[in-house]
Amino acid sequence: MSRHHVTTTINGDNVEFLCDTEQSLLDCIRNELHMTGTKEGCGTGDCGACSIMLDGRLVCSCLALGVEAEGKEIMTIEGMAQGDELHPLQENFIKFAALQCGICTPGVLIAARALLEKNPDPTETEVRFWLAGNLCRCTGYDKIIRAVMATAAQLRATA
Amino acid sequence: MPDDVKSADIKEFKYVGKRNPRPDGVDKVTGRAKYGADLLLPGMLYGRVLRSPHAHAKIISIDASEALKLAGVKAVVTRDDFKDLPKAQPPFGPMIHDAADVTRNIIAREKALYDGHAVAAVAATSEAIAKKALKLIKVEYEVLPHVIDPVDAMKDDAPILHEDQFTVGVEPKPSKPSNVFRVMKAEKGDVEKGFAEADIIIDREFKTAAVHQGYIEPHACVANASEDGSAELWCSTQGQFNFRAVCATVLGMPVGKLKVTSSEIGGGFGGKLPVYGEPLAIRLSQKAHRPVKMVMTRDEVFRSTGPTSGSHVRIKIGAKNDGRIVAAEGVLTYQAGAFKGAGLAAAIGCMFSEYDLENIRIVGYDVCVNRPKVAAYRAPGVPMAAFGVEGVINEIATKLSIDPVDIRLKNAAKQGTVNVSGIKYGPIGFIQMLEAVKAHPHYNAPLGKNQGRGFAAGYWMHAGGMSCATLNVQDDGTVNLLEGNPDIGGSRASMAAMVAEELGIPYDKVRVTIADTASLGFTLFTAGSRVTYATGMAVVEAARNAIKVCCDRAAAAWGVTPDQVKWEEGHAKPASANVGDFAPMSLSELAKKAPMMGGPIAGHAEINATGQGPAIGAHLVDVETDPETGFVKLLRYTVFQDVGCAISPDYVEGQMQGGAVQGLGWALNEEYVYNAKGQLQNAGFLDYRMPVASDVPMIDTVMIEEPNPNHPYGVRGVGETPIVPPQAAVINAVENSVGLRLSELPMSPPKLLKAIEDGRLKKAAE
Repeated sequence: MSRHHVTTTINGDNVEFLCDTEQSLLDCIRNELHMTGTKEGCGTGDCGACSIMLDGRLVCSCLALGVEAEGKEIMTIEGMAQGDELHPLQENFIKFAALQCGICTPGVLIAARALLEKNPDPTETEVRFWLAGNLCRCTGYDKIIRAVMATAAQLRATA
Repeated sequence: MPDDVKSADIKEFKYVGKRNPRPDGVDKVTGRAKYGADLLLPGMLYGRVLRSPHAHAKIISIDASEALKLAGVKAVVTRDDFKDLPKAQPPFGPMIHDAADVTRNIIAREKALYDGHAVAAVAATSEAIAKKALKLIKVEYEVLPHVIDPVDAMKDDAPILHEDQFTVGVEPKPSKPSNVFRVMKAEKGDVEKGFAEADIIIDREFKTAAVHQGYIEPHACVANASEDGSAELWCSTQGQFNFRAVCATVLGMPVGKLKVTSSEIGGGFGGKLPVYGEPLAIRLSQKAHRPVKMVMTRDEVFRSTGPTSGSHVRIKIGAKNDGRIVAAEGVLTYQAGAFKGAGLAAAIGCMFSEYDLENIRIVGYDVCVNRPKVAAYRAPGVPMAAFGVEGVINEIATKLSIDPVDIRLKNAAKQGTVNVSGIKYGPIGFIQMLEAVKAHPHYNAPLGKNQGRGFAAGYWMHAGGMSCATLNVQDDGTVNLLEGNPDIGGSRASMAAMVAEELGIPYDKVRVTIADTASLGFTLFTAGSRVTYATGMAVVEAARNAIKVCCDRAAAAWGVTPDQVKWEEGHAKPASANVGDFAPMSLSELAKKAPMMGGPIAGHAEINATGQGPAIGAHLVDVETDPETGFVKLLRYTVFQDVGCAISPDYVEGQMQGGAVQGLGWALNEEYVYNAKGQLQNAGFLDYRMPVASDVPMIDTVMIEEPNPNHPYGVRGVGETPIVPPQAAVINAVENSVGLRLSELPMSPPKLLKAIEDGRLKKAAE
């Protein structure tokens, strides 16, 4: 069985990889491209740790196939900071102590960024329901929600 | 947010007690931090485990010959690759009693004892080949009757898991094997006399389901064995030194030949204290002569790793009409899983311990059933007992028309109280906390229709133990701190704050590294809320030893004696004006001149910490119950806790919030569901429903700071206590919202709806 040759864009870089038909996009990002910032918590789309942007859409990369990335644009956690500049969400996650073990953090950040692009002024309830697909077992969500709300306010003030 | 309550003994510091950014923050928000599954080595193979589909079965034969013929398969291991070990306590791990059990839990020998029990493992050049190879391994089983519930497992006709297990702690010594590993007892005073004096006695039974720790990172490791007999293991663990000890024992390796490096850890809560695939990966690597990575799937995490015990708990409490408790009795029946070792010792040690009681009797049963061996889960064993104790105290308060906080004030433990284990308390902040609860706006906030408020307290004893720290001062005056505890929840920040405070240097000049087992002395696991206490003490001592070196150097340079030099604000200074007029020498100056002044500057500490203080918490919760569906909506939540001294208040609050939400999942949703064959039915996050962001409100926190005099900064430890009160608090709130008494967890919508309907029928019949 020959492997598929996939050409795609990740965080603005053109990349190529080979993958099996059944290989998930998450598996390709981690094990073929060696970008391990995107995490696997379940492999069944239930925890959101593997959240990425695929052509501007928030997806669980464990539920997409590697071959589906052909010709698409992918954004992962590694593409969130711009050079030395952390994204305001990243800064506020540190400032508000919105992480403990940190394993869910990349996925939560990608999902929160997608929310704020869609809705720059979310209510607490909207943030909670948007992030309901991202499990965190450490924080009880309180500081995550506060960090996202504070970032939204900060981005609105500087917009 | 209302003010936290600070004892007058808490001093103001520059970094300790401040909200410093954690040193590993940037790595963790950018995806740089390397967790268990993130290490990739050249030539690495992928390991997969074949697991028993049966709850209880004799293993007649295992034939891996076809699997080994598959192209890409490099090694297979089974029970034959591991020596049997003696039935003796090995030098590692909580809740482990027997090396023979450990080797049987990592890979089944005579029998498979639970659905998901490892039977064989494969290493292959790809995951896909490894998975295919598992299907080619032929295992012949003889399926045996199984038992899932501990009460059933105690019956005379129950299937016996271990024919060589005879109950410990009963007289006369039993002649028949039993699923009950041991009966534990603890007693204080005279309960019979106490009950005789009681005006009211409440005697209730409670039941809780087994729940999983639910860390988001599955167990993961990479093993790399060398032909010289040594091996390296990279893994997600709560204790690299404990893992080294266990793996070396199981594999028959000298401890010195194995180096274990802890990766960043994606949650543990006690569940990453036992080893599972790690010894299998090392053995596969030894056989294949290549590195082997082994990562569990979520299904494997649920089926094969430690949930905590499900339980049956009976609580009987007698009180006087004024609310003073005169006798308290508990019977705990806990699932151990397939091998002995439920969290009974901790449960008994903590039960009733936030109260000052004369007469207590506790009996506990440690019962083997065909489920995965339980592992520690945050205050292991304690929440199930507390669920019953707090429930009965709330019922007594209601019956006597006493406020639930007042009844606790009447019975609260204080300095000098001796608990059932004979531990006499130093200063503890329970009374201050109860007063803070009463003064809190949450306590008297109005409630609407179908709404109820619940209250409960909880206790955890904490752990001390062995810790090492090494502090090296670099030539530019910055500091490298080596310590041995995987950082699960921000402990690097606390360590850096204490070092910066001691040395009088900026916080960001301290770099904290979690050492591997070859770089530091034995440090006990990250567990029991011991790290900031015990390792924190070692870190402070190491810093003070480095300061001593600095003062000695300054003394020599000035031609005075060391006791004439003091360390202040990052400088060696003359201790008084009489010593002489010398310009203070900063740490960077001393570091820069170190080559001319005696060589590198370092401080070490190797300690075995004792004197950890207990921590008590109290939780207040409001819920709204939907009488048509049984759904419970959480409206408001406040956690109060005596935290000793909060070195990193952000992360102390985080522990209080996270523990509370885990307790809420335990109370309302989470449970292990087995079918009639003893197979787990909900081994995934979709069906094992943990709380998500939209399930919970903000979790307010009130820190009570009553310092522990045995720690240089007053630390008590924080993380365990917050999971103890939520179950009773939330059920109490649900009870108050529907006017029913409830006794079983989880109180999921179908169960609550049934209780509400039964209550309606009962009312109609009356």
